Amino acid sequence: MKRNTKYHGEIEISESDIWHFENGIPGFPDEKAFVLLPILDNGVYMVLQSVMTPYVAFVITSPFLFFSDYEFNIDDATLEQLSIEKEEDVLVYAILTVRDPFANTTANLQAPLILNQKNHQAKQLILNDPKYKTRHPLFANKSGKVKG
Amino acid sequence: MLILSRRKGESIQIGDDIEITIAAIQGDQVKIGIDAPKHIEIHRKEVYLEIQRENTAAAQGIQGLLGLLKEHNGK
Repeated sequence: MKRNTKYHGEIEISESDIWHFENGIPGFPDEKAFVLLPILDNGVYMVLQSVMTPYVAFVITSPFLFFSDYEFNIDDATLEQLSIEKEEDVLVYAILTVRDPFANTTANLQAPLILNQKNHQAKQLILNDPKYKTRHPLFANKSGKVKG
Repeated sequence: MLILSRRKGESIQIGDDIEITIAAIQGDQVKIGIDAPKHIEIHRKEVYLEIQRENTAAAQGIQGLLGLLKEHNGK
């Protein structure tokens, strides 16, 4: 199927590309289908694009690239909900709030995206760890060493 | 909104499978125990609102996203 996107123009999406967020995500309860699209070609940043709504798209990254001690447990309810069997099947992304200049961009570490590669079920998990907030400066620790 | 009075240790049943128990009361703070099926997500309201707000901010249109990234990479 052909779909318009926020940053990638019109693209062709096949069913197997789609990640299913059964309950949407907070603030976007009706957005249940997304695709992952690359930005640039180094794989650091990606866009989580709604299949249904062109203007709903999030810039995301692997939080572990920028926050080396980031860790959390996925609760049993989520494991069950997404039918997660093995850790290796799980992809984790953080949603970025992009700012101008890009050096001021923040990452939401309190609510990571959890994707099960086995069945393409996914959700945004809300953590209860007080260490993690919604706005961690992406380049606070590394003075921009990790570059996209 | 339905308002019920409960004492410590008393519960409220919602539907067939959600039970809310007043676990402890101390001053103006109440500890609440919630038994619900796993597919029901339970969050502190202010935390949920904060995630909603940040998602909404993150979904704002970014003018010249590629340009911003390239400019950053070039530094």
